[in-house]
Amino acid sequence: MREVGIVGIGHTKFGKSNVPFIDMTCQAALEAMDDAGAKTGRKNVIDQVFIGTMAAGMVQRISGLASAVVDTLNLRPAMAETIENGPASGASAVKLGFMAIASGVCDCVLVVGAEGMRAVTGWEGTDFVATMLHPEAEYKYGCTLPSFAGLFTRLCMDKYGVTSKDLSIVSVKNHANACLNPVAHIRNVVKLDRITDERIINATNPLVADPLRQFDMCPVSDGAAAVLLVAKDKQEELGFGGKKFIRIAGVGSATDTHVVANREVPTDLLAVRLSAQMAYKMSGFTPKDIDVAELHDAFQILEIAESEETGLFPRGTGHLAAREGKTEIKGEMPINTSGGLKAKGHPLGATGVSQIVELVKQLRGEAGERQVEGAKTALAINFGGFGNNVVATILTTK
Amino acid sequence: MGKYDIIVDEMEAKLRPPTIGLKPYEPKVIPLTTGEDMLVREAKPEEIEMIVEGIRPLLDHPKDFYDIVSARIIAEGLGMLRHRVQDEYFFVGAVNGEIAGIVNGRLVNEKVGMSYHTMTLKRGARVGAQLFAAKMEYHFDFMNQDEVWIVAESPNGFKRWMIEYELEDRFQCPHELGGVPTFVLTRALWEKHKANKNVGIRPAAELFPEVIEANEVLHMPAKLNV
Repeated sequence: MREVGIVGIGHTKFGKSNVPFIDMTCQAALEAMDDAGAKTGRKNVIDQVFIGTMAAGMVQRISGLASAVVDTLNLRPAMAETIENGPASGASAVKLGFMAIASGVCDCVLVVGAEGMRAVTGWEGTDFVATMLHPEAEYKYGCTLPSFAGLFTRLCMDKYGVTSKDLSIVSVKNHANACLNPVAHIRNVVKLDRITDERIINATNPLVADPLRQFDMCPVSDGAAAVLLVAKDKQEELGFGGKKFIRIAGVGSATDTHVVANREVPTDLLAVRLSAQMAYKMSGFTPKDIDVAELHDAFQILEIAESEETGLFPRGTGHLAAREGKTEIKGEMPINTSGGLKAKGHPLGATGVSQIVELVKQLRGEAGERQVEGAKTALAINFGGFGNNVVATILTTK
Repeated sequence: MGKYDIIVDEMEAKLRPPTIGLKPYEPKVIPLTTGEDMLVREAKPEEIEMIVEGIRPLLDHPKDFYDIVSARIIAEGLGMLRHRVQDEYFFVGAVNGEIAGIVNGRLVNEKVGMSYHTMTLKRGARVGAQLFAAKMEYHFDFMNQDEVWIVAESPNGFKRWMIEYELEDRFQCPHELGGVPTFVLTRALWEKHKANKNVGIRPAAELFPEVIEANEVLHMPAKLNV
């Protein structure tokens, strides 16, 4: 299998976009191409474009997004496909880009993740995200992602002793990290006492889906992120020799039951565990080798649970690690240095690519004030559905 | 004479609305999620003038309906400064001397209040939600009114007020703001929700003299980043 790595990254400011959706998508793509030194038109060397998006058709009324982007960027006749895997669409697109190059079909692949969610109201957004759920067993009864996260959190509280304050600790940490990230959606300091003080909590941090409160879940964001992948054996020839090559050491993905109630152990995130194990096996790394991780914290409980399923902390202790500050930038296992979905934002299809962009910055040593000293190997978990389709990616400088 | 002062001759007196009489609003301090403390108090006339001037850039800002809301607040501010609106009030939320948000409204009669607008200038810290609650507190707990008529320009407002306070629809009553259907916060709904929605610490002057002092003289944010 050929070595595949990342030589270019791009990222729009997450939040509310004021430009047309295709323009926003192209903005991230162009930034990644500029970063790598890739050209358009006759000098184009990109064989394939993959675009990860969940709801461009539903929300933006734009299908065939990859075709539109290729033409807009003057990359014709590059191959182009739009990839949909719910909120894990971005990492799925990266995985397919990796596979296309590793297999020898392509030498250079542009991957973009993009979503424009703020074009609709909040409850319409909650509704279209819920279309990932089982249509007969879940969606038609009004189940939503926040409702599942609330149930999951309650079970974790009962089983492992996770507290509401633990969720707030994760949230405060991610908001602090986002303050250091210029492309984050929410760059406000959040103080722990202000969102946990029982006397004011219902006003400062109201309940959304019991026991989850506002600061226990991500905002609704627009945004796009992009990476340019290239085969190691073609890096020089294609003109990217001057760029640091961040190797994709392992990818893994796994699925779980569509109906959440059918899971054998409801507090397990089996697809997270299996996808991470696949990525570890492919890469030859173990959890001990991971220096920094971006975990899919659409709900703060997920950062805790994923940190356990990926082996970064023993089962039932992720919340204790957060309490002890181990997941902070200066901690022993920094998680979500970007601000995570909680504060950097969560434009569904963009999120998986955005996580990779953050990790590439960390591995290049370009993360500025949120740099993890000496980071060499990194893990990303991008979570689709309520854990029924998860993608893990391991990057390294080694 | 100030910019908006008018000599009150016989005709001017007839042009001015009658008054029921507004009671003073006791300032309070609200702890924000950012760790900062926000003082909520009545706006002074010179501050209303500053707001009228300061939010003009938002007239070109359609996001979240800031354009319409700013246009209307400017008109309402001028209406208050020039005595063309009955029993109108403006409150400000202020952090370290900077205006973080604005709310206003008026009395329709002794028992009915009319909510005008809530504008957040410091976003992401639930400033708007807190200021709206302060406004409702004024109508119910200071003015002892029975109900407040409310509409919202933006979906954000609809979620915050109509849904979270479970407002009663009274669509046969056109609201003063554009004649759109009215939603009503009744005293019963206020009593149901105020424990969760209405926060703030008093007496502010005794407990937070430094916050009072820091917000004695206010200024608009250097940049309206909404």
